[in-house]
Amino acid sequence: MNTDVRASAFSSMPDEDGKFGVFGGRFVSETLVSALSDLEEFYKKFSSEEKFMEQLDEDLVNYVGRPTPLYEANRWSDQIGGARIFFKREDLNHTGAHKINNAVGQALLAKHMGKTRVIAETGAGQHGVATATIAARLGLECQIFMGEKDIKRQELNVYRMKLLGAEVVSVRSGSRTLKDAMNEAMRDWITRVNDTFYVIGTVAGPHPYPMLVRDFQSVIGREARIQILDKIGRLPDALVACVGGGSNAIGLFYPFLDDAGVSMFGVEAGGKGLETGQHAAPLNSGVPGILHGNRTYLMQTNDGQIMDTHSVSAGLDYPGVGPEHAWLKDIGRVEYVVSSDEEAMAAFQNVTRIEGIMPALETAHALAYTEKLATDLDSEQHIIVNFSGRGDKDIQTVAQLEGIEV
Amino acid sequence: MSRIAKRFSDLASKNRKALITYIVAGDPSLDMTNTLMHEMVTSGADLLELGVPFSDPMAEGPIIQAAHERALSNSVALTQIFEVVSSFRRKDKDTPVVLMGYANPIERMGYEKFARAASDAGVDAVLTVDLPIEEIAFSSRIFAEFGLESILLVAPTSSEERIHRIVSKAEGFIYSVALTGVTGDKNLDFNQVKSQVMSIRRLSNLPVVVGFGIKDADTAKVISSVSDGVVVGSAIVDCLAKQLLAPSIAIDNVRSLVSAIRDGMDGIAFDLQVD
Repeated sequence: MNTDVRASAFSSMPDEDGKFGVFGGRFVSETLVSALSDLEEFYKKFSSEEKFMEQLDEDLVNYVGRPTPLYEANRWSDQIGGARIFFKREDLNHTGAHKINNAVGQALLAKHMGKTRVIAETGAGQHGVATATIAARLGLECQIFMGEKDIKRQELNVYRMKLLGAEVVSVRSGSRTLKDAMNEAMRDWITRVNDTFYVIGTVAGPHPYPMLVRDFQSVIGREARIQILDKIGRLPDALVACVGGGSNAIGLFYPFLDDAGVSMFGVEAGGKGLETGQHAAPLNSGVPGILHGNRTYLMQTNDGQIMDTHSVSAGLDYPGVGPEHAWLKDIGRVEYVVSSDEEAMAAFQNVTRIEGIMPALETAHALAYTEKLATDLDSEQHIIVNFSGRGDKDIQTVAQLEGIEV
Repeated sequence: MSRIAKRFSDLASKNRKALITYIVAGDPSLDMTNTLMHEMVTSGADLLELGVPFSDPMAEGPIIQAAHERALSNSVALTQIFEVVSSFRRKDKDTPVVLMGYANPIERMGYEKFARAASDAGVDAVLTVDLPIEEIAFSSRIFAEFGLESILLVAPTSSEERIHRIVSKAEGFIYSVALTGVTGDKNLDFNQVKSQVMSIRRLSNLPVVVGFGIKDADTAKVISSVSDGVVVGSAIVDCLAKQLLAPSIAIDNVRSLVSAIRDGMDGIAFDLQVD
C-alpha cells in the first residue's frame, strides 16, 4: 500500500551522513572524525553479531531488570475521567531511570572495542550514575564531567558516583551546567581518543550517537508495543514522554513511528513560562543551529550564542535537543508541547499520592501533559506515558520549593 | 593572487617561515584587538588569526575558552568584528586576516550575509573548526563566491585517505594540528609533527602551517624548520589574561613574545623574558 511505503520512512533515518533531513550530521573538529567513523563501523559490526546482541539482552534482563512493567494507572485514570493511562515503568530499572539502557549498551561497545576508560557528561547525575555503575561492573576506569552548579544541586548523585569508583570532574567553564559538561567531555575525548570511549547520555551529539543511543533506548518502545497489544489487543492512541535531549522519548516513540494511528507528544520543560524566556524548550521556541556536533533546534541569541536554560528539573535543563526530534517536529509526526515547573510539581504531588509511585521531576512534565490530554479523550482510548525515572533523587528539590528542610 | 598566496610566496622568496598569531576578537576589548593586530604585525607576525567568540568553544583549551568568555561578556558579535577588520585594513593592506571560530554564529547570521560582510571588511579566509570536510561543501562554495578561502585542519588522527580528501578541498594554506588535544595542550611530539607535515606535503603544494601547542621561540623554531609556518595562540592570549588590569603591560608582553618567536624562527639569538 502506498501509505505504508511512505510511513515506513519514519523509522529509516538517519541517512548515510547521519542526517535526519537537515538535522543531525557530524559537526566536529577534524581530530574526532576518525574516532566517530570507527565507532560507527564497530557499532554496525557488533549490532549485526548475534553474540553481542545476546550479551546485551542478557545484561538488560539480569542486570538492569528488564522487561519493565506496563502498569495501568487505574486510580489516576479514574480521577481524570478520560482516557486510560498506562505507565511504562522505566523507574524500576537498576539505578532508577531509563539512562542505564543506553549506558549498558555503550559500555559493552567500549569493552568490545578494547577501550579501557569511559567518560560521560551528566546534568542531574542520572546518566553519570548509570555510566559509573556499568563501569564498575565491567572494570573500566571512569570519569564523569559535571557542571559546578549541578554538582552543588545534586550532591547525593555525586557521592553515589564516587562510591561506584568514578572520578567526578567539576566543570567551571561557561554556564557550569550540562552543556558545558558536554563540551568538557568532548575536549577530554579529543585529548585521549585512543584509549577512551565517550558514553553520551542522550540522543544528541555527532553521528552516530543520536542513532546509537536511540537504538539502545528503543527497547522501551519494543516492550511497550508487545505489552499493550497483550493487554488491550490493539495499539495505544497516544504516547507521551518528556524531552530534554530526548532519549527516553525517542526510546518509546521509535518502534511506533510507522503506526499512523498512534499520536505522539514530546513534552519540553516550560520552566517559568515560554514568554519569560526562562525555560528549556528549544523545539517550542528555538531556531535551528549547530551545537555539540549536530544541527538541531537550539535556544540561542540573535548572534548565535547558546543561551542559559531554566527548568526545575535538572535533567531537562539543556539548550538543545536530539536531531531526530527536530526532524520529527518539522515533518509533523510528533507534536512537541510544554509543561511548566508549576504544572510538573502539581503532577508530581498528585501521582505520588494517588498511585503510590513517585516520579522524577523530568517524568512529572510528561505526566502533567498526560493529564490534559487524557481529559480530552474517552475511556475507550489509551495513553502510554514513559515513566522515565523515579523521584527519590528530587526529594530535596521538592522540599526546598515547599520550604521544608530535610 | 590572493593576499594569503602572495604573503606565502613573498616569505618563500625571502626564505622566511610564516608566523601566524591568534587572539580572540574583543578579548579583553575591541580597542585592544585593534591595537594588538597592528602591534603583532610590527613585532613580526605575517598573518593574523582572529578568534570569533562562541559560548561553547569545543576544541579550545582553558586559556582560549576564558578569552571567548571575556569577549562575550563584552557582547562582541560578528558585526563588530567586521568593523575591527575594516579599520585594520585601512592601514594594512597586505597582512592576511583569517577568522577562526565555530559554525553556529555564522549559520545564525546566514552564510551569504556573513561572507559578503567578511569580504567587504577585508577578511581573507575562514577556518570553521566544527565544519570537517563532510560538512564544509555548502559554506566553502558560498565563501568562494565572495573571494573568501576556506582553511581546513589536518589532525594526527586523520588517516592518509582523509588527508588526501582534505588537501583536495583545501584553500589558502593547510593547518596541521600538532597534537591530539585541544588548543594550548603540552604533549607536542616533534617526530609526529614532522611526519604529518611530510604526508601533507606529498599530497599538496599548499603551504603547511602547524598549530596547537606552540608556545615559545624554541618550539616555533623547531616546528618551523619542518613546516611553512607556525600558529601561536594560547601563549599570546595568556599574556592578555595575566594583565587584564594593565593593558599597556599586556601589549608590551605580547610584543616581546611575538618578536622573540620571530627572532627564534629567523635563527637570531634571543633572550626571552615575559612576565
